[in-house]
Amino acid sequence: MAQKVLDALEAKFAHAVVRTGSAHGDEIAWIKRENLVEVARWLRDDAAMSFDYPVFCTCIDWLDWKPIGLPPEQHWSEDKPRFTVCYQLRSLTHRHRIRLEIEAPEHDARVPSLSELWPAFNWQERETFDMYGIRFDGHPDLRRIYLYEEFVGYPLRKDYPKEKRQPLVRRDDLPINPIKRAGHEEKR
Amino acid sequence: MADSTLKQLVLGRKDVQDLSDTETELPPDLMTVNMGPSHPAMHGTVRIVLTVDGERIVKGDVQPGYLHRCFEKESEHATYTQVFPYTDRLNYVSPMINNCGWAMAIEKLMGLTDRIPKRVEYIRVIVSEMSRMTDHLSCVGASAMELGAFTAFLYFLKSREWLYELLEKVSGARLTHSYVRVGGVSKDLPADFDADLTLCLDKIEGVMVEVEGLLNNNKIFRDRMAGIGAMTKEQAIATGCVGPIARACGVDYDVRRDHPYSAYPEVEFDVPLGTTGDCYDRYLVRVEELKQSIRILRQCLKQIPDGPTMVDDHRVGLPPKRDTYNTIESMIRHFKHIMDGIRVPPGESYTFVEGGNGELGFFVVADGTGRPYKAYCRSPSFVHLSTASQLIHNHLIADVVPIFGMINMIGGECDK
Repeated sequence: MAQKVLDALEAKFAHAVVRTGSAHGDEIAWIKRENLVEVARWLRDDAAMSFDYPVFCTCIDWLDWKPIGLPPEQHWSEDKPRFTVCYQLRSLTHRHRIRLEIEAPEHDARVPSLSELWPAFNWQERETFDMYGIRFDGHPDLRRIYLYEEFVGYPLRKDYPKEKRQPLVRRDDLPINPIKRAGHEEKR
Repeated sequence: MADSTLKQLVLGRKDVQDLSDTETELPPDLMTVNMGPSHPAMHGTVRIVLTVDGERIVKGDVQPGYLHRCFEKESEHATYTQVFPYTDRLNYVSPMINNCGWAMAIEKLMGLTDRIPKRVEYIRVIVSEMSRMTDHLSCVGASAMELGAFTAFLYFLKSREWLYELLEKVSGARLTHSYVRVGGVSKDLPADFDADLTLCLDKIEGVMVEVEGLLNNNKIFRDRMAGIGAMTKEQAIATGCVGPIARACGVDYDVRRDHPYSAYPEVEFDVPLGTTGDCYDRYLVRVEELKQSIRILRQCLKQIPDGPTMVDDHRVGLPPKRDTYNTIESMIRHFKHIMDGIRVPPGESYTFVEGGNGELGFFVVADGTGRPYKAYCRSPSFVHLSTASQLIHNHLIADVVPIFGMINMIGGECDK
């Protein structure tokens, strides 16, 4: 349905689109980081596209990506970018949708912010920053949203242990950041 | 966010003399007031740092997160079936819709969407609509109570209880149902469900006539709701609002109609739209949606076919209990299913349903194992709450209560 969106996007921004594809009814376009704002602005303002409706923004951390049944070259390795930031957009007028995916390496986990274009992404980018530590350049108010300012690390990254505890109120009788080990009760 | 232009003055730091009654003029400085998280109108989970000029709100910084329970991190470590109890706790006044949304997300990744039995689709629509009704009943009832209309609250909670009792009969649990499964539902509807639901709907219709009589033209209720927290259609779209809030602003969008799923294409219903986008319109839209849900339920009861309650696919369905206890193959299959989980082929997809508050979506990345690689929940409450600071701007502190009530922020869903 929305294949013509991808075709139009590739025709207009050949230099900015890495590749496009469809999966399970979703159209996906991988966009170069430096061209994101330009592409997004066109998607919003062009009459044939008019992606007026922001759906969500999130991030995928590929650190543990070893899918079963796919060849090893599709697994994640050090030389590939670690993060993919996803922006899902929809057009209420044309009823089509698209997902923009932007890759960001670990040492430079930044993506330009789209909160100027769609105010809804303001909080969603804050959430992504809070959970994955992606910096959104140009975001007006990039603070943690769920967690507290003193929190160390980014909990949805794959290398953040699930059992790690970071109590906000420090207690002298508790070690700082106790980590539960298998077979051991957490010491109080 | 330190806005240097605003002079903030904390009351506790003032000298005692400054608080004496002799001053004829109020101090011109702005004041910072904390509203919540332990505030009855904040439902215990949200904090708003208000900068006020007298009673007027100059700036409100809304801070969610007090109910953050790491839904996404926990999901990455649970099998696909084990995530259902977590989804119950997202929007805990309409858990069935969350169940359905999650199940549909996994079915889409497995390519099962078109193979779901008709009866399952109808059961899902029935329980979803019942959940939508409990959601709207709580929202309207609680908001009315916060404005002093306690009778309406009691009437609505009474009728919500009838629905909960029915859902308890269906699933075995009053609130956290975990009823839907990938590929079907956990068990069929009980034998006398038809008659029970019909009776229940008739009673609720009666209650709604009473409550509408109490609220619709109630002077106090209207004064507190009409013109409060209004939003334009353009604002609603740009901020990503969905569901009753967007429809109150005139955004003609309903997932059930525009991207139909389950048995929704086979039932008739209308999508109510508001014009002014204020709290009163949001109330009216919700009341109308309650009536539409009743209409959908009545049609479903008439049209629901007989048939299996689980798709015939060994990848998702548990073997019959009789086989599990008697044959080793089924025993092994049962064990693998429980311990390893449902194997979902690698891929990513975004699936969305119309939740109680609007588009509820799950963005799932699967890597071929029995556990999701990533499970993201697009929660409508979170999106709606992000508009709150804009909605309360220039209103009085007392107006925060109806605005907040009609946003219907559900802590579990917003904070995940």
